[in-house]
Order: sequence, then structure tokens, then C-alpha cells
Amino acid sequence: MTSLKQLINKNWNIIFVCWLIASTSALGSLFFSEMMDFPPCALCWYQRAFMFPLVIILLIGLFPYDKSVIKFSLPLAIGGLGFAIYHWLVYSGFIPENLQPCSQGVSCSEKYIDLFGFITIPLLSLLSFSIIVSLLLVLLRRDYR
Amino acid sequence: MKKKIIVLISSGLLIASFFLGAYIYKNQQAKKYGFMAQENASTFVRNYSQTLGSKDARVYLVEFSDPACETCSAFHPFVKKLMAENPGKIKLVHRYAPFHDGSEYFVKILEAARKQGKFWETLEVMYNSQQHWASHHNPKKHLIWEFLPYAGLDIEKIKVDMNDPEIEKIIKQDLADVKTLNVRKTPGFFVNGKPLQQFGRKQLRSLVESELKEMY
Repeated sequence: MTSLKQLINKNWNIIFVCWLIASTSALGSLFFSEMMDFPPCALCWYQRAFMFPLVIILLIGLFPYDKSVIKFSLPLAIGGLGFAIYHWLVYSGFIPENLQPCSQGVSCSEKYIDLFGFITIPLLSLLSFSIIVSLLLVLLRRDYR
Repeated sequence: MKKKIIVLISSGLLIASFFLGAYIYKNQQAKKYGFMAQENASTFVRNYSQTLGSKDARVYLVEFSDPACETCSAFHPFVKKLMAENPGKIKLVHRYAPFHDGSEYFVKILEAARKQGKFWETLEVMYNSQQHWASHHNPKKHLIWEFLPYAGLDIEKIKVDMNDPEIEKIIKQDLADVKTLNVRKTPGFFVNGKPLQQFGRKQLRSLVESELKEMY
């Protein structure tokens, strides 16, 4: 009985970490657009569309802990990860900009932030989504064991 | 219970760091551009830039604007009111930020009008007639010609002068300064090099007044 409780506690911690990452990313992206006035490009908006709901869904899964939160949040996280990978490829120049859908308006490959020479906004998004997906996959495996 | 507290505290911390970050960032920006104003005032005021007001004025109100921008047009009377309230103390500097599609056409007309000494009159006419030719869904830039005579312009001369390649250079330089100064919306205001952080009449007035206090 105690071991089950411990497992649930561990799982709760993992979802909590996911929620923390999602909230930080959501607020961070709002900071870039609202405070620093960086216009979000189309690809950024698609990633936001996946990141913002994660904040709410993960939070609901925490009180009380409900393992079905994995089922609801994993597809969102994977969708966001897909866009993040694509964006990062565009940004790093592996995919030429004119082959992707946001040539009008704000450019998706314009660099706004370059911390220490390699940390860029798309990389941050890629990191957040990768960590969230990995953690959720760990939980999923545990669940089916 | 403990879990709820953890989540509440983390939410609080996240939101607090968001606003703290915003505060620090805005302060830094204000310092950075204030510094640039002294170091590199030409980024704000180019030799060719049109100015309005006394040449001895100590408060430079630099406005990056677009002839086709509705807010610029709506804000113009307020800017003039601010100047009228502080006669001789404010100098308005007009810079171009032609963000709307096709705006450069109107910038060219303005620059051509400047050659006839009718820059401000033409700008006034453009702002007042803007709704007829700059509607977002149905822009009809040729309609401007119906209104230009009201500025007392020699229209035939405008049509020749607006093709002057010098105008392209001015637009290019202003757009380069737009980038340097991080102007992303029009109208973009700087008062003695300090950017207007929060857009609004009240905010602009208080920024101008704080500069007036410092300078006079």
C-alpha cells in the first residue's frame, strides 16, 4: 500500500515538473512577445497553441493526481514537439525559409535572441517540448508495466 | 495539502518573476536608449529629418510614423496640442516607419512636398483624408491626388519630384534607424531618446512632462 502511494507521489512529481516547464515556457513566450515586443511568427503561434493548453491540462491532472492526464497531454506535447523540431530546422538553416509556410509577415528564421551564441527561442521551445514528451513517455511506460 | 501549497507557491514565483523581469527589462531599455541619445543622437534626428517647433527647444519629441497608419493620424492632434501647451519648448521630429503595404508611395509624395516647403501641410491633409484612401480592406492610393491640392501643392511638380532617388535613400536610412531603435509599431515615440514604454496619451504626456521638468 505504501509503495503504491510512493509511486503515485513520484508520478505526481513528474507531472508537476512537466507543468512547471510548460508554465515557464508559456510565460516566457508571452514575455518575448508582450514585454520585448518580438512579433511571434506563424510557427511560434502553432507551438503556443500546443503549449498553452498543456499548462491547464497538466494542472488539472495534479489535483487530484489522475493518470489519464498522460493520455490528454501527450498528444499535445508531441504535436508541439513536431512544430518545434521543424522550426528549429528552419531556424538553423537546414530547411530553406521559402519552403515553409510563413514567408509573409514575420519571418520564422529571423534571430531575436542569441544567448551564449547558441540559445535561441526555437531551441528553448524544442527543449521544453522534448523534456515534457520524455517525462510523459516515462510515465506512460510505468503505467503499462 | 502540501502539494497545493507547492503549486501555489510556484505559480506565484513564476508570475512574480515575469513581472520583475518585465520591470528590469523596461528599465534597462530606458537607460540604454537614453544613453544612446547622448552618444548617438543622429539615430533619432537625421540631418534631413523634418522638424516642427522652435529650434531652441530642448525637448525632442521624435515620432516614427506612417502616413497610412490610423493611430498616427488619430494621435497627431494630441501631439500638436502638447506642443501648443508648451510653446517653444518641444521640437517635433518626423521620422518614417512605412510599415503598411504601399506606404512608401505617400512618403515619396511627402518628400516631394517638402521641396515646395509644404511638408507639414501635406501631412495634415494626408491624415485628414486617410480614411478615404488607406482603408485596410480596400486601399486606393491613387485617391490621395484628389486631396493633395488642399495642401496648396504644385501637383505636376510633385509627380516629377517624387521619383527622386534621394527619397529612396531617406526611406532606407529611416528604416535602418527603425531597426536600431527597435520600433515595431507606429507611431513610435521617443522623448529626448527615451522610448515611450506604454502606448497612450496619458503616458506620452507624462513622459514629455518629465523631460520638460528635467530640461527647464
